[in-house]
Amino acid sequence: MTELESYSRESKKDHPPAFYKDYKSTTLRHPKNRAIKIDHTVTEVTGPLFSSVKLESSEGDLSIENGKEAQGQRIFVSGRVLDEGGRPVPNTLIEIWQCNAAGRYLHPNDQHPAPLDPNFVGRGRMISNEKGEYKFTTIKPGAYPWGNHFNAWRPAHIHFSLFGPAFVTRLVTQMYFPDDPLFAFDPIFNSIPSESARKRMISEFDLDTTEPDFALSFKFDFVLRGRQATPFENGA
Amino acid sequence: MSKMGVTASQTVGPFLSIAMRSEGQEYLVPRNSKNAIKIQGIVYDGEGTPVPDAVIEIWQANINGKYDHPEDTSDNELIEGFSGFGRSCTNNEGQFFFVTQKPGRVNGRGNSLQAPHLAVNILARGMLKQQVTRIYFSDEVQSNAEDPVLNQIDDELERKTLIANFNPNSGLIDEYEFHICLQGENETIFFDV
Repeated sequence: MTELESYSRESKKDHPPAFYKDYKSTTLRHPKNRAIKIDHTVTEVTGPLFSSVKLESSEGDLSIENGKEAQGQRIFVSGRVLDEGGRPVPNTLIEIWQCNAAGRYLHPNDQHPAPLDPNFVGRGRMISNEKGEYKFTTIKPGAYPWGNHFNAWRPAHIHFSLFGPAFVTRLVTQMYFPDDPLFAFDPIFNSIPSESARKRMISEFDLDTTEPDFALSFKFDFVLRGRQATPFENGA
Repeated sequence: MSKMGVTASQTVGPFLSIAMRSEGQEYLVPRNSKNAIKIQGIVYDGEGTPVPDAVIEIWQANINGKYDHPEDTSDNELIEGFSGFGRSCTNNEGQFFFVTQKPGRVNGRGNSLQAPHLAVNILARGMLKQQVTRIYFSDEVQSNAEDPVLNQIDDELERKTLIANFNPNSGLIDEYEFHICLQGENETIFFDV
């Protein structure tokens, strides 16, 4: 018999509900039945580690494509991946995607009449280091209109996908920029019930990590689910 | 100890494929490998319309019932090159697929043994957070009957939403069908993990 440790349970205040009326696309894409709560087993406390994935360092720099510089404000986005106990989450895959400086995604379904940038794809990947740290170089994404309601605009954001050490630590989120005037009008941002949890999705401008004559810098730490105190028995 | 607040979930949005679509990630094993199986299905919304902007991710043990992860302390053997993770972005018809091997049984809590299963994440535009489900197999009748998670569900029709059906007309490799209904009459059972 071995013992495994469960992960903490998620708070409904820190995460969005499956159905949020103001974000219209949730209407037909949320389950009406209640999710069935299951105890964590070896399936839930393990997860993909991507130890065999080999990344190029260029995958962490979205500001240059084929040796040519993208248009827009060059920025660093850096910080740490932590668990709820404040412990670093090392060696975990971080994937990002975003629109360009004009607010246009390189995607056939994006019909916003803003220019594409031949030197910007908007896709990056990185593995956090031993201290849980990461650092991307990119271009500050623009705001863009969307069809949710009349005159709807998304605040500028970068999409982040993280795995952490277990199946249950999976997190896909969006990182926002300080003082965006669009926050008050965005149903995706406002779908999070807790005000402090909403604020935690906003990065901080950090003068100390800017690079003079080169790039501004925004800091953002991710906090993934941590362990619960009580271990459980697993298997005979 | 005071806890740090977790980072909130947000939708993958409509342009998830920019980062999440890449060649070959549906193949956990090569199609022509021994014991390869194919699992395929369609993601539907509450009106039965296929969802073309979803991504399905799977996490599973290998055929020996071993996860490639240090917290699986069982004596079952790892298989070189089998990571247990796969990802499939739905196409314009809402279809996804994986080519993998059927996992072996892994331990459940206490002295229990789980039936062969895959853990599944579903993310899409219009979903603010991932939904979690499991894929079991229709030709594992005995082990399914013993599975502690399946046995939390009394309703036979609800249990069926978790079971991939073996296709008797399978071609060269065994095929299973598993549809995901986000809402509606045949709504898939989702788990709170």
